[in-house]
Formats: sequence, structure tokens, C-alpha cells
Amino acid sequence: MQTTTVHETHADVHVHGPGHGGGHHHTETFISKYIFSLDHKTIGKQFLIMGMAWAIIGGFMSVLFRVQLGWPDETFPVLERIFSTWFTDGKLNPEAYYSLITMHGTIMVFFVLTASLSGTFANVLIPLQIGARDMASPLMNALSFWFFFIAGVVMFASLFLPTGAASAGWTIYPPLSALPQTSPGSGNGMTFWLIAMVLFVASTLLGGLNYVSTVLNMRTKGMTMFRLPLTVWALFFTAIIGILSFPVLVSCVVLLIFDRGLGTSFYLSNIVIGGKALPYAGGSPILFQHLFWFLGHPEVYIIILPAMGMVSEILAVHSRKPIFGYKAMIFSILGITVLGFIVWAHHMYLSGMNPFLGSVFTLFTLLIAIPSAVKVFNWLTTLWRGNIRITPPSMFAIGFVSMFISGGLTGIWLGNSTIDIQLHDTYFVVAHFHIVMGIAAFFGMFAGIYHWFPRMFGRMMNETMAYIHFAITFIGAYLIFWPMHFIGLAGVPRRYYSFNEIEAFSQYGDLNKLISVATIIVFLGQFLFLVNFFWSMYRGRKSVQNPWQANTLEWTSPIEGIHGNWDGELPTVHRWPYDYSRDPNSDIDFIPQTVPLTEEEKKDKIHH
Amino acid sequence: MAEILEIQEEHHTNLLPTPDNGEGGEKTAMNISYGKTMMWYFLLSDAFTFSAFLIAYASIRLAQAWWPNPNLVFKSFPGLGHTNAPLAFVSVMTFILILSSVAVVRAVQEGHRMNQKGVMLWMIGGIVGGAMFLGCQAWEWNHLIAEGLRPFYNPFGPDANGVTHLVEEHMAVSPGPIAFGALFFGITGFHGFHVFTGVCINIWAFFATANGTFQRRGHYEMIEKVGLYWHFVDLVWVFVFLAFYLM
Ligand code: HEM
Ligand SMILES: [Cu+2]
Repeated sequence: MQTTTVHETHADVHVHGPGHGGGHHHTETFISKYIFSLDHKTIGKQFLIMGMAWAIIGGFMSVLFRVQLGWPDETFPVLERIFSTWFTDGKLNPEAYYSLITMHGTIMVFFVLTASLSGTFANVLIPLQIGARDMASPLMNALSFWFFFIAGVVMFASLFLPTGAASAGWTIYPPLSALPQTSPGSGNGMTFWLIAMVLFVASTLLGGLNYVSTVLNMRTKGMTMFRLPLTVWALFFTAIIGILSFPVLVSCVVLLIFDRGLGTSFYLSNIVIGGKALPYAGGSPILFQHLFWFLGHPEVYIIILPAMGMVSEILAVHSRKPIFGYKAMIFSILGITVLGFIVWAHHMYLSGMNPFLGSVFTLFTLLIAIPSAVKVFNWLTTLWRGNIRITPPSMFAIGFVSMFISGGLTGIWLGNSTIDIQLHDTYFVVAHFHIVMGIAAFFGMFAGIYHWFPRMFGRMMNETMAYIHFAITFIGAYLIFWPMHFIGLAGVPRRYYSFNEIEAFSQYGDLNKLISVATIIVFLGQFLFLVNFFWSMYRGRKSVQNPWQANTLEWTSPIEGIHGNWDGELPTVHRWPYDYSRDPNSDIDFIPQTVPLTEEEKKDKIHH
Repeated sequence: MAEILEIQEEHHTNLLPTPDNGEGGEKTAMNISYGKTMMWYFLLSDAFTFSAFLIAYASIRLAQAWWPNPNLVFKSFPGLGHTNAPLAFVSVMTFILILSSVAVVRAVQEGHRMNQKGVMLWMIGGIVGGAMFLGCQAWEWNHLIAEGLRPFYNPFGPDANGVTHLVEEHMAVSPGPIAFGALFFGITGFHGFHVFTGVCINIWAFFATANGTFQRRGHYEMIEKVGLYWHFVDLVWVFVFLAFYLM
């Protein structure tokens, strides 16, 4: 099929508009082009590459502690030779174990699935999909990346401290995190963690302000808010959630820094260590939990919304159907955003907080399942009787929906404060959030990468490798996390170093081995993706201008990626982005946003 | 780096004049420029930071059986020795900060009239007010530290009747809740830090005005943005004032 028949080709718009040529012709050095770049497309790639590096580090950490959990009695001299400070007599040290789970969580939640996921796709997609030359402030955009980079350097450096990296869990609850005498990781490791996170929040804020004002102010002609692709809507609300919740993490962390450094008692009271009473009085560790989860819960939506947005877009494109319930999708994102701010205490049902408050939070928590279910319904109905094209992006997008359903259902269990008495802090919670957030967001990210790789690098990724990657990851992820539900139901607590000596739990030894084996396989499977990614970057099949025959604006900007995105004038938008398969008699089943409405369409006004 | 800024500059002249992207793009509902959009969202975010601090303040304070009476803690006035002037000094401070906010409002007005001299004049007013506020705060901190207040120690304790006294004067039966000092220094310090950055930004804006940057640009929107930040800092003080001095 000829894409150019519908498409306004670029060949004839290569004229420079008066006064404002889109393409800037600087003499760019390697440094200004790839390192200190101000081009949103390059900054997006920087976020992506950093995120991939972090994902490998974070993933490898999980392999190390899964080795401990799978084979608690064996020794691994090989590992000791490489990671000599973390192993003694061939076994992972308990302190190292705690540092590893803490850093694994921190890296995955913040560095990979927050900074890199939003950073990559907000940067690559927002300007291209709304028809802008760049972000509102390219400089702030670059600074956002560099703050992220420096935060990463500090976090990475903490791994090499003699006392080890932070080890109080990714939620760094005091008093454990506040008092260096409680564990080695609460010394300098924790200080590094806190500094890194403050830098990280600066990065999020710089990026988020930019994304929001770009979406609000830089849309091209005809691109009204209700013609925005759902990716942009999702990234827009993600940024707003970040702007409103991350500052509270700063407050939370600053008070913790004071408790650690100035001897204040914000979170500390009545503490006795080694028979010695400490002078702290009047503080409350529950206050910390409230402040932390006020960020912590919205944070999980910061992670999942971009993935949801991309999946919505990808499912529509690859099933050749308009997204089902476009406005319902937008309002459910809005609903999630608002409700997401008033459910945080469901992480604290057993903290000693007032049980009455617990039932209020149960109510809100169960309410948030409604917009989530609306989205699931809409994805399924979008797929329903679609002309589905099986491609790597569509496989991962469908995988996302599967994961989100599996994990969302267990969320409803956990949201009930009474059921949570049994399930809190067990492997059930670990299973819940890894499936619904961790794996689902990774699937969204992979779907996004496979879909927009041609947009980023002008080439296609290898499909065979992609399918194998999908199969390993999909099956493997379920093998890892599904059994954890049962272990958790039986009451096995999370964050334990070993269950050997606990009679009731040692029976799950074999299951733990299975999980660890699956972890290792899935981890290795990701190298297939890496090989595919870098190989395709240089050797992949050259992409045509609009490889997926999609409607959105990014595919009208020259595929080789030019500074300023469009030569000559910016494209004008005439319709929403989901006009797929409008005319059953035509063999062209998509109408790009730049195609003017026909007289007929104007009359029946369905799509603005 | 210089080169990067140059590209940035060029970029911006391309995208300005706001509110839209200058190429006939869609306008925002409110029809404000991206710079102001950014500033508003930043202030919203900063408001959440302060709210978190003030909620922490409220929750810790409400959990205490006793709290020092602000009328008896903040009762000194510089140069008056052992006075009893409850809240007099902080009222002066507050008044100065409000005046400086008024000055910045005037600067913004002059900006609309494209009156460079007027903007400069009123910005000086704003800067001086901010600096005076910081000076006052420094004095007050200094005074309280001299009385023994620390982030981890609070000399203002209750006597047998629950009346606030300095422990050192042997009237109080015990030191007060230690959270008092931590919260006081933490939150007024964080606010003071905002005032400080605000003053720095105002100074920068003054010099940019003096150089004719905004005159050449054809609008004084930057002064408006700077002004938004300054009013916000002022507004936050009202809440801090309420929390520490009036309740
Ligand atoms: C369908 C709606 C959902 C409900 C009702 C729900 C409910 C809950 C509840 C009650 C907990 C606390 C369990 C405990 O610690 O005892 C929890 C944990 C968690 N949930 Fe969900 N959840 C939902 C969806 C999600 C989504 C969409 C994400 C992420 C994208 C997510 C991420 C998490 C995380 C990260 C944790 C654990 C944090 C930790 O303790 O380390 N949840 N969920
Ligand atoms: Cu939650």
C-alpha cells in the first residue's frame, strides 16, 4: 500500500517559511550535538540510554539476591571473586543483601521507571506529537537530564562506600534510616541516597514544568487539547502528578536529613539502642510514612501513566481501530490523578494509624479501581474485532494489558484494610506491585521502544529477536511473580534474608529456586533486547517515513530527525489522531491528523 | 557552554513572542505564556513543599501535651534590652515584607507602561525590603540562639502553672518540647532561604532592566514572573507567621 497517497509528502514543503526557518543550520560539534544537546530528541535518547544502563544494574542486583533466596545453603566462590566486599565465604552478607534490595527498588522505581520512562518518551514524543519545534525551554530540559545524571553518579558512588549503600528499603523508613548506629547502610550510604534523591527531584521538577508548559503552550495550529494523542495526555498528567507530589518527598527527606545531621526529633522518639536511651523525643515515624506515601502512591501512577498512554496509542495503531472511548480514557487518567492523591495511607493500614482512617482510605482505594477498570475495558474493546497486526509493539502492548489486569486485581484485595492484615509486608504485596507496576511499566516501555525506535533512529528493530524477547519476558515474568502470591498468602514476609531456619516457610524452598531460575533467564533474555537495540541502531532495516501507518504528527516529521523537527512550516492539524479504518471500502485504513476534513465529515461533526 | 546558550537564545527568539509558539499555534485556555505557565506550576509545587512542612508542624505540635506560648517567646525588640513587646518585632518584619511586595507590584505596573526607570526604582524597593526582612530574621535567630534555642533543645518550658519561661531563669520546671526549635529553625529557615533566592533573583532582574534587556525585548514579562515568585514568598510567610506566632 502506498502511504504517500494520503500523506502530504515533505518533498514539496521544503520551503523555508519567512523569518523562521524550522531547520537550524549550526555548525555543531560532537559535544554540542550528542552530549550537551538541547534538542529534545537527543535528550530523550540520553534518558533512554541511561535508563537502560540503570535497568541492567538494577536487574543484576535482583539476580544476586535471588541467588541467595533460591540457594540459601550453597556457596558461590565465583561471585565472591567478583563482588568480594559483598560476599563472605561464598555467601552474600546480610548487610549486602539489604543494600541490594534497597538499591534495586530505588533504581527501578525512580531511575528507570520514573526518570527514564517519562524522560525518554515525554522528550521524544511531546514536541513531535503536538507539532512543536522543541520543548518550551530546551535549556531546562537539558538541565533536567544532567540533574538526573548527577543524581545517578551519587547513587552509584554509594555502592562503593566502605559501609555499603543505603539498606533501609526503598521506602527508607526511620528510625532505621535515621540512626547510623542501627545498621552500616544507615551511615554514609543513607546520606548519599538522600542527596541523590534531592537532585533527582530537581531533575523531575525541571522536566515536569517543561512538559506541562509545552503541552499547554506549544501546540501547533489545529491541535486542540481534545485532538492530542493519548500518549501526550498521559505524559501531561504524569508531569502534573510529579510536580505536586515530589516536593513533598523533598520536605520528607529534608526533615530526615535534619534528624540525621542536626539531632532534631522529627521522626524519632523514645529510642533505646543497646540498652542506652537516646535523647530524641516527640517525633513520629508515622509522620514520615504519611509524607513518604503522599509521594509514594502518586509515584506508582507516575510510573504507570506514561505506559498506559503509549499502550493506548499503540493498540489503536496496531489494531487499526479508533481507540475505544477517547474521552473516557482522558477522564479516567484525570480520575486516577485526583484519586491517586488521596489513597496513600493504604500502605499504612498496619502502621498504628487510626483504624477509622483506614476505612476511609479503603473506600478511596477501591474507588480508584474504577478508572483503572475503565481503561482496561477500553483497551480490550479497542482490540475487539480489530484488524490486529502482530508486531513487537503490539505484542508488548497486549502483554501490558495482561499484566495490568493480573496485578490490578490483587490491588483490590490489598485495598481492603482487613484483608491487608494478613497480606501486608508479605510476598503477596511483592507480587502485586511487581506485576502491576514493575513488569507492566517495563512492557509499556518496551512497546514504546519497539514502536518509536524508527522515529528515534530511522531504522527498524529485528522482529525475530523481538518476539523471542517478548516470549522470554512474558512467560518468565509470570513464572517469577505468580508463585509469590501463594507464598505471600501463606504469610511469608518480604525482605527476609533467608527462610532456612523458619520451619513454616522452609517448605517453599523449591518454589524459591524456581523463581530464582526464572529470574536469571529473564535477566539474560534482556540482553537479546540490548543486542537488537544497538545492532538495529546501525544495521537495522532503514525505516520508511511512516512504518506503522499511524496518524500522529511525529510520523510527518522527516524520519532522519532534523533540528526543529519540520522544515518550513509546522504541520496543521485537522482531526483527532484515531481515524483508523473509517472507510471499509478503501484499502487505506488511516487518515493522518494533517488531512483536512472532507465536506461530509464537516457536516456530521463527530470528530470535531 | 556559551555556544549552547547562543543556540538557546536563537531558539527562543524563534519561539517568542509568546503566548503561542509564534507560528500560529493553538493558544492556551488562559492565554498565558509558557514562562508564566511554568512559574505557576512551580509555585504550585513549592506550595506543596511548604504544606508538607506545615502539616508536619501541626501533627507534631498537636501530639505534644504542652507548647510554648508565642507571646512569651517572641517578645524582644532590637535595641530595647529586656522588653516585653509580644510579637512587635515580627509584626514589623511582616510589614516590611508586605511593603516590598507592594513595591514589586508597582514595578510590574511600570513594566506594563514600558517605563524602564520606574521598574528599576520599584525593584530597588523590593530588594531593600527583602534584604531588611532577612536582616530582621537574622537578628531574631541570633537572639533566640542566645537564649539557648537549638534544633535539638528548647529552653522555653512550663512552670507549675503551664506558663512559658526560660529554663535558665529557674522558673520553668523543665525544658519545653524539643520539636519547637527544630520546627522553628527548619521552617523559618526554609522560608528565609526562599526570601534569599528571591532577593538574588530581584537583583538580577534589576540589572537586566538597567541593561535594557526587557526594553529591547519589547515587554517586561520577566518582571511579572519574578514578581509572582516574590508574592508567593510573601504569601507563604503569612502561613508561617500564623503557625509560629499566632497559634
Ligand atoms: C487497582 C488498583 C490498586 C489498588 C486497589 C492497590 C492497592 C494497593 C495496596 C493496598 C497496597 C499496600 C499493600 C501492603 O503494603 O500491605 C499496594 C501496594 C503497592 N502497589 Fe498497589 N494497588 C493498585 C494498583 C497499583 C498500581 C497501578 C501500581 C503501580 C503502577 C501499584 C503499585 C504498588 C506498589 C509499588 C506497592 C508496594 C509498595 C511497597 O510497599 O514497597 N498498585 N497496592
Ligand atoms: Cu498505593
